Order: sequence, then structure tokens, then C-alpha cells
Amino acid sequence: MLPSYLTMAAILFCIGLYGALVKRNAVIVLLSIELMLNAVNLNLVAFSKYGVVPSLTGQVFALFTITVAAAEAAVGVAVLIALFRARGTVNLDEFDEMRR
Amino acid sequence: MDQFTQTAWLIPLFPFAAFLLLTALGRSYRRAGVLIGSIGSLAALVMSLLVFFERLDPDAVDYSDGFKWIDLGVYVLRIGFEVTNLNALMLVIVTAVSFLVNVYSAGYMKKDERITVFYGYVALFTFAMLGLVLSDNMLVFYIFWELVGVCSFLLVGFWYAKPAARAAAKKAFIVTRIGDAGLLLGVIVLFWYMPGHALDFSSIHNVFSEGQTGAITMSITTSIALLLFMGVIGKSGQFPLHVWLPDAMEGPTPISALIHAATMVAAGVFLLARTFDIFEASAAAMHTVAYLGGFTAIFAATVALAQNDIKRILAYSTISQLGYMVMAMGLGSMTGGIFHLFTHAFFKALLFLAAGSIIHAVHTQNIQEMGGLGSKMRITTWTFAIGALSLSGIPPFSGFWSKDLILAFALDENPFLFVIGLVAAFCTALYMSRLFFIVFMGKSRLQQQAQVRESSKVMTIPLIVLAVLSVGAGFVETPWNGWLGGWLTGGGEEVHASAAAIVASIAVGVLGIYVGWLMFGKGSIERGAAAARMPWLANLLERQYYMNEFYNLMIVKPVRGLGKGLYAFDEYVIGGAVRLIGFTSVAGGRVLTRMNNGQAQVYGLTAVIGLLVIIAAIVGRRFW
Repeated sequence: MLPSYLTMAAILFCIGLYGALVKRNAVIVLLSIELMLNAVNLNLVAFSKYGVVPSLTGQVFALFTITVAAAEAAVGVAVLIALFRARGTVNLDEFDEMRR
Repeated sequence: MDQFTQTAWLIPLFPFAAFLLLTALGRSYRRAGVLIGSIGSLAALVMSLLVFFERLDPDAVDYSDGFKWIDLGVYVLRIGFEVTNLNALMLVIVTAVSFLVNVYSAGYMKKDERITVFYGYVALFTFAMLGLVLSDNMLVFYIFWELVGVCSFLLVGFWYAKPAARAAAKKAFIVTRIGDAGLLLGVIVLFWYMPGHALDFSSIHNVFSEGQTGAITMSITTSIALLLFMGVIGKSGQFPLHVWLPDAMEGPTPISALIHAATMVAAGVFLLARTFDIFEASAAAMHTVAYLGGFTAIFAATVALAQNDIKRILAYSTISQLGYMVMAMGLGSMTGGIFHLFTHAFFKALLFLAAGSIIHAVHTQNIQEMGGLGSKMRITTWTFAIGALSLSGIPPFSGFWSKDLILAFALDENPFLFVIGLVAAFCTALYMSRLFFIVFMGKSRLQQQAQVRESSKVMTIPLIVLAVLSVGAGFVETPWNGWLGGWLTGGGEEVHASAAAIVASIAVGVLGIYVGWLMFGKGSIERGAAAARMPWLANLLERQYYMNEFYNLMIVKPVRGLGKGLYAFDEYVIGGAVRLIGFTSVAGGRVLTRMNNGQAQVYGLTAVIGLLVIIAAIVGRRFW
């Protein structure tokens, strides 16, 4: 069972990574990051159930991750709204402040 | 008794000190520079004479001393000096000519702004030659031999603003290097086969002189001798490496005198004399030496017949006379070779310095533009006449005695070479009388006649001294007095008298001068008659047997082509590779700069790619 969970998680992670690196729209990038976090959660749960030493720690850890991800999403969307107010766009190509 | 002999190592140091001082002082001290150079060579001359007079004592033994230079455990290289009768004689020749050239140059080079540099080079040249003469082993000898080559390069190219002088200097250096390569190989082979790897001349003498010939086989001896002879061919201007000598005339005239009389070309003949035992041990080598010398003598003498540049004529006559010396050595008469070197040094220096005096006065070297100088430059004319008569072999001038000794020896040993020598002697007398009558007699063909005056005293006094020496030097060895031979070789005073040789040599000398007088003095034989009859021959002689053209076609051009090919390889293959590396770095840098665009997504992508590379490396190692 474990390999199929891991494969699923890997596919999710790759899709998330692809979206985070390629998409222009900042909202979609945020969504992609959530996707990667969830892929990790899936791994944690899968290992806690089917791993070499099954224990509840993995599932507890997944709950923590979901909490942190929720906070992160809130902060991320807040930053995004602030950016949109300042620049009038959420297109990531427009933001190259790190270069200056 | 021999306190001067023990300090003979000081002799080369006087000119060397003069060289250092002149170099340190710079160009502004013109007067002082001339004085320093002259004093340096005078001190060397005085010391050499003192050593020489000590050597006259029949009980004097060869003296050598030195110190350890390199100690390799199995082999110890010593650096040292040796005084033998031969060395002492050479010391006197070198220092005497060098001193007179120094004095003469004070007048000849007066207006040259680099006169102190000139004196420095001359001092270094003298130092190198004296070091070569005094050296006690082959390696030190070789070092000084190369130093002589460098100095000749510097002095031939002294007027480096002239393209011809630059070319001549390069030619002199490169052509003699071909011979030097042979010499170096000879020294290496000698080092390899000598018992105990000894390279000093006394060991060489012991090994190769009769009785011990078993130490080194015949074929090795012959190859050593021939390799050493290659050095002689290069340095002493023997055929086929003679081509640098006439071109070396581009240097200042006093230098031509120095090179042609005492230093550069004498080094080759001196090497022959110094390693004479090796040559004597191999009959094949001796024959090669003798025939090549004879061929060079007649070859160069015929070329001299058709030249029009006064210095070029003298240069070819030097080659011819060197051929005589080498031939004498090859025939087994070291005395003859060294004796001719001795007399030739004086009369050839005299001829060159007199030619310099003429050039100084008329500002041309083409003899066809001179003429009638006899009444205007009396001292030059008389001294030149003495030199010319000596060179032509007219008794009682010194050239006669030495030439006669060689011819008498040749008559005994090899009649064919005797005839060659006679023909060369005839040509010598003919071209010298041609030169003399065209330059000094007849009507002047100069453009500006009024300015021709006798040169200053500082230039004429060396001429007079050399003229006296040219007359007197011959009496140390005459058909009835074998003093020089006995003194040089340590054997008895062997006298090689031959009435036939004397008569023949006087006859050809007088005949040559008479024919020359008829053609160029009296004019009863049309000058152009011979040339008109055989235009191809005149052309052949005037172009020096097309030797330069031949070398140009056969050697210079292929080597240039090879050089161009190698240059192209360097330019396009090696240089191309270097440029490719540079281009790659620059292009890589550009790409990376482009990537630093401030967008977080690009940075993230780069990080992911880097991670993938690391993973690939780690995973790949497992399958390696």
C-alpha cells in the first residue's frame, strides 16, 4: 500500500512545485504551495500508518502542519492583497525587487 | 720564476672589469670610456707579454690551476685555466690586436654616439676570447666559445638601425650556431667516452696521444673529431658555413679587424690546435679537415677575385687564409696552422684597419668608386701595401714564411693539396694586386675629392705598429730556423725546408701580382677581357657561387615554411583552444547574469535544478 500513497504524494508535490515555479498569477502560486504542503501531509500520514514503526506521531504532526498551513495561507493572502493595493497587479513577472 | 704564469687568470679579468665599468658608467663618459677600454686591453697585453716571456724559458712547464665548480659526487667539474706555449702565444695575439683595435677605434668611432657601448662590447669580446684561450677543459671552453659568438652578434649588429646590419648579425649568429651544435655534441660524446668523464685538455692529450688509443675506439674518435670540426667550420668560416663572414662586414671596420684577425675566427683554428690529439688519432678526420680546408682556400680566393666591396674582398681573403690554416692542421702540421694564424692576425688586422682608414676618408666601400688614393693617404697606402704583400706571400714579409711552411708541408704529404694551395696563392696575389691598383693607383673616381685626407694619428699609429709586426713576425719560423715549431710542440726544432716549395710559392706570388699589375695597373690586358670571354664565370664569382641563393632556396625557405606551419598550428589549434575556453567562460557568465533577474520563481527553479543535479550525482554514484 505504501508505494501507491508515496507515488500519489510525489505526483501532487510535483504538480505543486510546477505551479509554484511557472504560474504567473500569485494566487495560483499560493494554491500550488498548499498543494505541496498537502503532499507532505499525505506522506506523513502514510508513513504513520504503513511505515516500519507505525505510530500516531505522524498523524499528530500532519495536524500541526495543517494548522501552520492555514496560518501561512492567511498571511500569504494578506501580503498578496497589500501588494495588489500597492501595485495594482498580482502578476509575478512584475515583481523583481530582489534585483535592485 | 713563473709568478706571472700563476696569475695568468687575471688577464681576461682586465677587459672584463673594463666592460663592467663601461656598462656601469653609461654613455655620457665618452673620453673616459675610450680610456677605460684601452687601459683594460693594455693591461691584458702587458700581462700576456710577461707570461709569454716566461714561457720562452725552455724549462717552463705547463701550468694549470682552478677550483671545484660543480661536485656531483661521481663527477667533479673544475673551472680553471691552463698556460701552455700555445695558449701564451694566443694570448699575445689576441691582446695585441685587441689593444691596437681599441686605440684605432678612438679615431674611427669618434663621432658615434654609442662609442662607450662599442668599447664595452669590444672589452667583453676580448674577455670571452681570452677566457676561451686560457680555459683548461672543454666545457669552460664551450661556454666562452658561445660568449664569443654572442659578442660577435652584438658587434656585427652594432649599427642596428641599418636593416642589413641586423640581418648580418642574425645570420652570423644562426650560421655559427649550426656549427656550435656539432661542437656541443662532440663535447657530449667526448664526455661520455672519456675515461672518468674527464674533459680537461691534459687528459684528452693523454688519452688520444699515441700509445693509449685503445681507450676509445677508432670510429668514436673519428666521430668526435668530426663533430668538433663542425664547430670549427662554423666559427672559422669554412665551406659550407662560410656565408656569415662576408655579411659580418656590416659591423664597424675595427670589429671586422678584431673578428677576422684575433678573436672569432681564430677560435676555430685554436680549437683545432687545442684538440689536435683527437684529430691526429683519426686519419679519416685528418683527411676531411685537410681537403675541406684546401677547398675553402681556393673557393674563397676565386670569389674574392670578382668582388667590388673592399671589406668583402678582405673577408673572402680571410676565409681563404683560414682554409690554409685548416688545411695545414689537416696535413698534420699544427705549427704551420698556428704560425699562419699568428702572422695572419697581424697582416689581416693591418689590412682591415687600413681599409677602415680608407672608408673613413672616402665614405664608400666600393673600390670602383675609389682610385688614386696613393698620393693622398701615404701612411695608409704604405701600410696597406705591406699587408697586401704579406698576404700575397712575398718574402721577406711574414705571410710568406707561414704560407711557405704550409706549402712545404703539403708538398711532402699531399701533392694534390700543394697544387690547390699554389693556385689559391696565385688567386690571392691577383686579387690583392687588383685591390691595391684599383684603390690606390690611377685616377680618382670619387665624387668629392677635396675632402680626402690622411686619417688622424690615433688611427695611423696602430697601422704602423701592425705593419712592423707584419714584416717581423715571420722570422720566428723560417726554412732555416724551426724555433716556433720546436717551442710549440715541445719536440725538436724540425725544419721543413723545400727549395721547390719556396721557388713555387714566390713564383706564383710574383706572377699573381704581375698579372694584376698588367690588368689593373698598366692596363695592357683589358680589364673586362676575362669577364667578357666567360661571362657566366664572372657572374658565378661575383654572386659568390650563388651560395646565399642556394641556402635561401634550400634551407631558409623550407624552414620559414615550417615556421609558418607551426605558427598556424599555434595560432589556430592551441590558440583556438585557449580562445574557446575564454569564450565559454564569458558566455557562461552572460547566461548567469541574465538569470539574476530578481524573480523569485527563477531562483526557485535554479535551486530545484541544483537539487536535481545533487540527487543525480548521489544516485549515479551508486551505479558507477
